[in-house]
Amino acid sequence: MAKPAQSAADEEAYAEFMSRAYTMELEAVERYAQFADQLDTHNNREVAQLFRKLSEIETLHAKRILAEMRWPSLPALPAAFAWDSFEAPETAPFDTVHYLMRPYHALEIALRCELQAQKYYEEIAAGTAPRRVKLAAKEMAAEEAEHVALIREWMKKVPQPAPGWDEDPDPPQIND
Amino acid sequence: MNAPLASTALAAKDFKSDYKPVWCPGCGDYSVLTAVTKALASLNLRPENVAVVSGIGCSSRIPAYTTCYGFHGVHGRSLPAGTGLKVARPDLTVLVASGDGDGYSIGGNHFLHACRRNVDLTYIVMDNHVYGMTKGQPSPTTEPDWSSKLAPGGTGVREFHPLVIALASGANFIARAFSGDPNGAAALIAEAVRHPGFSFIEVLSPCVTFRPEQRGWKESARPAPVAHTDDPARAARRLMTDDGFNIGVLYKGNRAPYAGLATAASHSVADLEAGFRLQER
Repeated sequence: MAKPAQSAADEEAYAEFMSRAYTMELEAVERYAQFADQLDTHNNREVAQLFRKLSEIETLHAKRILAEMRWPSLPALPAAFAWDSFEAPETAPFDTVHYLMRPYHALEIALRCELQAQKYYEEIAAGTAPRRVKLAAKEMAAEEAEHVALIREWMKKVPQPAPGWDEDPDPPQIND
Repeated sequence: MNAPLASTALAAKDFKSDYKPVWCPGCGDYSVLTAVTKALASLNLRPENVAVVSGIGCSSRIPAYTTCYGFHGVHGRSLPAGTGLKVARPDLTVLVASGDGDGYSIGGNHFLHACRRNVDLTYIVMDNHVYGMTKGQPSPTTEPDWSSKLAPGGTGVREFHPLVIALASGANFIARAFSGDPNGAAALIAEAVRHPGFSFIEVLSPCVTFRPEQRGWKESARPAPVAHTDDPARAARRLMTDDGFNIGVLYKGNRAPYAGLATAASHSVADLEAGFRLQER
């Protein structure tokens, strides 16, 4: 990432920005891993595997931020930041999974998250942050745009769910 | 801002056991488990110094999913068990977990008296307005017009307002969290544990299987517009206009927690054992 000479205040703003970016990645890692566990438990191995892969991909992104900032590996999430909504822009809402969901649905979730992350960084890049933060945000937005394109390509290779994909002949909510 | 530093303190994952939860995918209780483990890590506690006590129901499975001491007790009786434990072992941090059926119906009476006694513990109720584990019966917090196969046309019975009951009964800390905000819920749980006396947190925790419409809670839940108060009358007035989706601390009281018995127990464990020994005739 470009590193023009900056004031101490700008350095601090940059470190905070990167810390936020790191938190975003870690929260995404955690949520995808949680989804993978949920679907493993409910014998939807195919989707569980896909969420596990998404979690691994986000882990790589988080590690890159650590390397960039020369921060030690963290055993825990840093303190939560106040986001515009309850969770970070790249975190999938906890209730978006279904026990019968198909890989296509998982990719739809990932696509939404990447688009939100891209928008988040684009807004910072277009805002009034110090130059170094804006530059970093621009790079991050470009990376997220790449991820969006990759997921869209991935979705082309995965069959679209047939109508009635969530029909279960023995559903859990039957009560007679 | 300083770079985040590696710490020797335990992380949230250290409070999660190897047992994978069997809740339905998308259930709000997963986030509550995350929030509890994050709260315990943020408080710098150790699993061996924490006990998680529960009753029966989906939410009450939570002790097994933590590495803390756990007690998965009798339906509706999580509070008596947790109260007894805290009084006997005041050195432990005691979290009591329940659901709206377990906590407000079967254990409703215990809820009132736990608020009144003000023993220093934290009561977390995962409220999804339905009995999920037993397949969708209306619970005390179910809306009167919620129609289902088991209650066609709805129960027609006015729902229970847990925060009102807690305030009227003397709880010393009252808050509402939302499982769609696990970081916020973790902060509230940590604050509740720190506050002396009986702390009550209602967590809105959607049941995606029997109440899929509760996915809409994401759009309704929002931070409470005003800060907490230590004035019960003011808290009561706020509750008059509460629609059930204000998230945050409502009330933090100053009542001293239950201090235990004035005199030490005169019986030892050996005495108790002797009392239960079978007598030969």
